Amino acid sequence: MADHDRKDIDDITGTETTQHEWDGIKELDTPLPKWWLYTFYGTIAWALVYTVLFPAWPLISSATAGVLGYSSRAEVHEAIAEHTAAQSIYTDRIAELSIDEVASDAELMQFAQAGGAAIFATYCSQCHGAGAAGVQASGYPNLLDDDWIWGGTRDAIEYTIRHGIRNELDYDARLSEMPRFGADEILGAEEIAAVADHVLSLSGQGEGNEDGAALFADNCAACHGKDGTGNHDLGAPNLADAIWLYGGSREKVIESIHYARAGVMPPWNEEARGASGLSDTEIKQVALYVHSLGGGVEAAPEE
Amino acid sequence: MADIFKLVALGIVAVFAAMGVNFARDLAYQANALTVLAVALGLFVHIVRSMGRPKPAPETGYMDEVIRYGVIATALWGVVGFLAGTYIAFQLAFPDLNWGLSYTSFGRLRPLHTSAVIFAFGGNALICTSFYVVQRTCATRLWGGNLAWFVFWGFQLVIVLGATSYLLGGSQSREYAELAWHIDIWLTVVWVAYLAVFMGTLFNRKERHIYVANWFYLSFIVTVAMLHVVNNLAWPVSVWGSESYSLFSGVQDAMTQWWYGHNAVGFFLTAGFLGMMYYFVPKQAERPVYSYKLSIIHFWALIFLYIWAGPHHLHYTALPDWAQTLGMVFSIMLWMPSWGGMINGLMTLNGAWDKLRTDPVIRMLVVSVGFYGMSTFEGPMMSIKAVNSLSHYTDWTIGHVHSGALGWNGMITFGALYFLVPRLWNRARLYSLAMVSWHFWLATIGIVLYASSMWVTGIMEGLMWREVDSQGFLVNSFADTVGAKFPMYIVRGLGGVLYLTGAVIMCVNLYQTIRGRLREEREPLAAGAVAAE
Repeated sequence: MADHDRKDIDDITGTETTQHEWDGIKELDTPLPKWWLYTFYGTIAWALVYTVLFPAWPLISSATAGVLGYSSRAEVHEAIAEHTAAQSIYTDRIAELSIDEVASDAELMQFAQAGGAAIFATYCSQCHGAGAAGVQASGYPNLLDDDWIWGGTRDAIEYTIRHGIRNELDYDARLSEMPRFGADEILGAEEIAAVADHVLSLSGQGEGNEDGAALFADNCAACHGKDGTGNHDLGAPNLADAIWLYGGSREKVIESIHYARAGVMPPWNEEARGASGLSDTEIKQVALYVHSLGGGVEAAPEE
Repeated sequence: MADIFKLVALGIVAVFAAMGVNFARDLAYQANALTVLAVALGLFVHIVRSMGRPKPAPETGYMDEVIRYGVIATALWGVVGFLAGTYIAFQLAFPDLNWGLSYTSFGRLRPLHTSAVIFAFGGNALICTSFYVVQRTCATRLWGGNLAWFVFWGFQLVIVLGATSYLLGGSQSREYAELAWHIDIWLTVVWVAYLAVFMGTLFNRKERHIYVANWFYLSFIVTVAMLHVVNNLAWPVSVWGSESYSLFSGVQDAMTQWWYGHNAVGFFLTAGFLGMMYYFVPKQAERPVYSYKLSIIHFWALIFLYIWAGPHHLHYTALPDWAQTLGMVFSIMLWMPSWGGMINGLMTLNGAWDKLRTDPVIRMLVVSVGFYGMSTFEGPMMSIKAVNSLSHYTDWTIGHVHSGALGWNGMITFGALYFLVPRLWNRARLYSLAMVSWHFWLATIGIVLYASSMWVTGIMEGLMWREVDSQGFLVNSFADTVGAKFPMYIVRGLGGVLYLTGAVIMCVNLYQTIRGRLREEREPLAAGAVAAE
């Protein structure tokens, strides 16, 4: 151990050691580096000033508010208000007009498409894909084509977005139910296979058969139509166009008939969803965006 | 008599574990109970068979066998943890690697990775080096007889229980504290034993003063005990299941979790590893520690300030503004105290800088301290709210953690292992210094790839998330950012492969050293050889 009467100087640095030694390790008595100490003081001084300026010191039931009166919630409210005000010249008009009227105004349409694209990216792309091509064979429809299940007019798309499909949040959700032909033993396995062959033949895949055609007419045509072209009012997909929502292999078609399909889409209106919903104008914007993607259909003139 | 007592205790544990296997409400708990049952029965048989045999006379001198086990465990768990990390890095690039199985999904492998590297690799490194250092710097044998063995094996049991539990779906969903309640209780028992061994040894010391490395080790052990107990306060749904409910709720729960999470970094990965630094750097450099004064001031400043910095993990959340402010300013004040350790580590090489050229182990230790300095600057910077609003929730955070974990914790542990193995097994030197050099460069390049790719993706996705067009609409969807990150995910994965390869080379090198082999190398460098002690 150290001899306290005699200084122990390190040869290389010329600095005194503390005269302790542990397992051969000594310590130099180097003073604190000045730049280190003053930077440390500097951060402490900065911290004190900052805590005076901003909310910081906890008291009994609240905390000091800070000289600058900063609040992160107030900040975000202000930013939202500013943003809303800047867009109100467009949104106010979109709110007043019907969706077809908005579509006929070039300036509004340009705004609605940009806004709709942003809304789509945030809320819709999770299922329908960032490019709106859906997820083939997994039940997420492609929105780029003109094969609509519940209709492709602006009004129809707006309704679908507003209320959703087969959900429990909105009483006005689009609703239909395909029977589970196999699972509920409405048809036997051979009958289902015959119907599947007939369905595939509608889009030119394989040979049809008379049994299948007869079974289709009795069980399926009520919704999907005699020729299998579907019915937008019932959400019955077109079966004659070789576009498949759950896969078009024979196995997949048999599976669809056996268990039936019942895809769900949430409603987006604020009444059903509360704060997580989209405003009326936002729904119109995203409907216009989807309509413009390539498959949008013009409404038939009033009869 | 003691044996009878142990048998009774093990019998009770075995019966309880058997009931656990029978009544288990979930698979994770059942697997845990089965493991405990097997361990208890194995120990029971072992004690019965050794009863009546004469006990060997108690050994004297340093207790090194448990440290040898610890060194091996550290190296092996390291490889397991790095492998898991590299695998999940590729899962993020190629989701098909999840295989559609819950057991191999990212959600379960991720806690396996973090726990394996932090607690299995880092924890074993801390336990075995602290046992080595405290004995040498106190000039006394470990206190408590076989208690040190209990700590070692008890900790391995925690790791095995935790890993099987994660894979089978047992998790309490608290980051870095995923262990289910029953494993938490066992870890507490092991940790208290660890504290007792360490404190007991300090009390028995032959030196008048306590060496600085031991302050850091002690602060790490004490604080981790406190953090672990408070953050895991929970009420089990059933004695026979993994599930439990936290005693805290809402933002208090989040704050408790990040108070824990941040100080797991602060005291496990910083204070504990600074203890390693303060022993192995001066020993390997054969130079005195740069400044005693600095070590005192930065020690107390570090442990006082670190504990308050947790709220910076919850910027712009439901956490009140005042708490966010305090989390931020304490993080800024923490910058210099953190750097005190870096200065003391680097400046200790004063007069021995030439060894950087000849000794790859010193190079490893110095680069480690360098990464420590870099990430303890980056941390305070990211805690500033304006920076955090960009960096939070992005890959930048992941990059930050890994430059610290791979660079600082990993490299200093490798250096310590290279230091310890020849000494613990009485070998003249390491098997191969060239392999250490290879390890050094593979690991360093791996870290650079990792950190730089995560900076790029982190800042990119942060900017993409906030990008708005001229009419104020968001431009990118979340999926757009995921797609944009793909190339960088490959780079990150390659960085992991390099780092893992380096660790495997280390294992071969250490294994050959333990077997007593010496690779003939063109230039056997004197600096890397172990000085006769």
